[in-house]
Amino acid sequence: MARIGVFVCHCGENIGRTVDCAKVAELCGQVPGVVHSVDYKYMCSDPGQQMVKAAIAEKGLTGVVVAACSPHMHEKTFRRATAGGGLNPFLCEMANVREHCSWIHEDRDAATVKAVDITKTIVEKVKRNVPLSTIRIPVTRRALVIGGGIAGIQAALDIADGGREVILVEKDPSIGGHMSQLSETFPTLDCSQCILTPRMVEVYQHPRIKLYSYSEVESVEGYIGNFKVKIRRKARSIDEDKCNGCGACTKTCPNKKIPSEFDCGLGKRTAIYVPFPQAVPNLPTIDRAKCLLFMNRAKGRPDTCKKCAEACSKEAIDFDQVDRFVTEDVGAIVVATGYQLYTIGKDQAKPNIKGYGEYGYGTIPDVIDGLQFERLASASGPTSGKIQRPSDGKEPKRIVFLQCIGSRDPQKGMDYCSKICCMYVAKHTMLYHHKVHDGQATVFYMDIRAAGKGYDEFSRRAIEEEGARYIRGRVSKMWRDGDVIKIQGFDTLAGEPIEMDADMVVLATAMRPQPGIDSLAQKLSVSYDQHGFINEAHPKLRPVETNTAGVYVAGACQAPRDIPDAVAMASATASKVLGLFANEMLEREPTVARVDESSCAGCFHCERVCAYGAVEHKEIKDRAGNVLRVIAYVNPGVCQGCGTCQATCPSKSVELAGFTDEQIWSEIQALGV
Amino acid sequence: MGSHEHSHEHSAAQPLATRIQHMTGLNPLKCYQCGKCSAGCPMATETTTRPHDVMRLVARDQLDRLTDADGLWLCLTCETCTSRCPNGCDPARTMDALREILAARTNGKNHNAIRAFHRSFLTQVRNHGRLFEMGLIMSYKLGGGPMFADVTTTPSVLARGKLGLAPHNVKGLEEIRRIFEACAAQEDGA
Repeated sequence: MARIGVFVCHCGENIGRTVDCAKVAELCGQVPGVVHSVDYKYMCSDPGQQMVKAAIAEKGLTGVVVAACSPHMHEKTFRRATAGGGLNPFLCEMANVREHCSWIHEDRDAATVKAVDITKTIVEKVKRNVPLSTIRIPVTRRALVIGGGIAGIQAALDIADGGREVILVEKDPSIGGHMSQLSETFPTLDCSQCILTPRMVEVYQHPRIKLYSYSEVESVEGYIGNFKVKIRRKARSIDEDKCNGCGACTKTCPNKKIPSEFDCGLGKRTAIYVPFPQAVPNLPTIDRAKCLLFMNRAKGRPDTCKKCAEACSKEAIDFDQVDRFVTEDVGAIVVATGYQLYTIGKDQAKPNIKGYGEYGYGTIPDVIDGLQFERLASASGPTSGKIQRPSDGKEPKRIVFLQCIGSRDPQKGMDYCSKICCMYVAKHTMLYHHKVHDGQATVFYMDIRAAGKGYDEFSRRAIEEEGARYIRGRVSKMWRDGDVIKIQGFDTLAGEPIEMDADMVVLATAMRPQPGIDSLAQKLSVSYDQHGFINEAHPKLRPVETNTAGVYVAGACQAPRDIPDAVAMASATASKVLGLFANEMLEREPTVARVDESSCAGCFHCERVCAYGAVEHKEIKDRAGNVLRVIAYVNPGVCQGCGTCQATCPSKSVELAGFTDEQIWSEIQALGV
Repeated sequence: MGSHEHSHEHSAAQPLATRIQHMTGLNPLKCYQCGKCSAGCPMATETTTRPHDVMRLVARDQLDRLTDADGLWLCLTCETCTSRCPNGCDPARTMDALREILAARTNGKNHNAIRAFHRSFLTQVRNHGRLFEMGLIMSYKLGGGPMFADVTTTPSVLARGKLGLAPHNVKGLEEIRRIFEACAAQEDGA
């Protein structure tokens, strides 16, 4: 015979204001099977929990119902208290009389009646609860990090330094990401490559990091602790074991006019190339779309140019290399795929994103973006650090920076703030004034958002000490007149229109997630927002977890991030991963689906509706090993306990532990409907 | 709201931004004062009440100051402000709605000449289905416009046949009239 205890919480005034908690306790005490029913101001407080523990012992309770907040809040608290009182924790349930009742109603009498009804349903459910025990699944204690920018590098190093193996996958020929392209970094103006390249080398030399550069994640199977990841190692056309990185091949390549991705199109590279001198790994890659040999092969013509192969003393060039696939077992995945910059052109990858016709759709020469300016200002850049405009190589004496290009512009499809632009524009004006002493930098901005340690001081310094002229207002139109760029703006603080000539314009364009983020997110079953940024599990309390257990997120693929943010997030993911790897076995909630093997007909409706890929095929064999039947099996490691299979099964052969048909039915019956 | 601010009209208890939103379906409070509208406004040098000033005064519920300002009446309705606005605030439509509200007001500076011109223009369209220039000139000058301005240009304009003496009505004047009636009914209802 059930002996249920009911504990009604006032939650201060949250519940007590609208619900007569004492009356709820009184009425629930009259429900058959309830032997103890009390109310208390704060049930989640320590004295409240002690009441639960004490009642279990004194009244010999077989089940506990706490009428309080959502189970998302305090279910764990009360299940622990129940366990502390000597009962199986899964014999404790929450009746949600706050979010589902007191917060949404005003009529106290009616809300009290509803609170009693809600509590009664849970009492009936708990009468049918059975003790459950947590599921233990093994953990593969190796991690996969996707993306070799600063976030991925930091995450990989932290996990590897914590003693676990890391697989680092980078789609480009070298790790380093956007940070390797930057000249100097705010707010300290330290050289970006000087602080980044040591970490890149550390990754390469680390005994516990396996680097797959020029590789992409092909598919992901499995679940937390037990992922199986297939990685495509794109054909580099180089035998990595033979190449010694001497660079003879790149010097001899005749196709030297290819816009360099690393220099944002401002410099040139060859078809066989190393993206930049400090590249890790220091291995050349043949760009098959631009290589004469491969262009001829695509047209069915015989191979002509083999100069790189002739120049190679190690016979490392392999024109017949094909994409290879490797499969790695990992227990956790960190997504750190970073960002790309929005471009203002007419053609956009997504229909909701628009270009800037009023700024010439990107056709005006000498209008560049922030990353291009970084390459111009960088000592390793195409101009060796001289500020020269692309069209004629002249030094611009009047340079204008426009902030919020795409960002905070819902009409162009991006309503968010890209966060880093205010700071890097201030930095750009400083770099410019340091290099062009007789030049004038002007900035058109809407707001200066410089929230960070030393950030506001930095942007003020650009204005007060370094002479950048800041004008508050968006520019309406920009066009070319001879070799100057005409700018039509408005100074909203002075209240007057401004027309201005510029020699060069730098656009602080919006940060967007990398192309292909949606297909990667789908492979990983993680959600993303309308812009493609990966969603965190909770914006405050679980900022680096995703909604898929075992998959974590770091850096600018989650939202616009600067370097300190990205590094902090990366270290946070490493801490999460190392925490997960602390034990050989992983404990999971036992509320998972189970298949009744005797009645399952093997129709696999459940497999088709399962959003998590948890349903597998299981063969029932006789002693001779002949397959008699093929039925469904729910992998408890993957199952998230959503119950869709249970609702779908035509023969009622699937039951979700803790939410059986009988339990749900008894809840409905308790309402008397 | 600070004590130095003008109080908004007693007859309209709702904040101006709410009234505008009812009329246009757009929320004027979306404006974040970037000034891109005014940067492109061809009349920005002619008035001190540019599109972004109008949006700001709406947000601050300053109908009296809008009544006094000439910007609303100098607006050419070229709608550059609207096409540039990053936030979809539609300053042009907002100013349309304000002109509708202000047309009924008699207090403050009236900008009689500009309003007389607007009224005369619409009277011509109502009567003839199109603009009858001579009629416009007459009714504008008699209705409060400057009596003798531009008079000296009349002979040369007449000589070049740019100013017809008799109106040419469009077909379907009845439909035009019904449009005016429907608009008037809508205004009464609103």
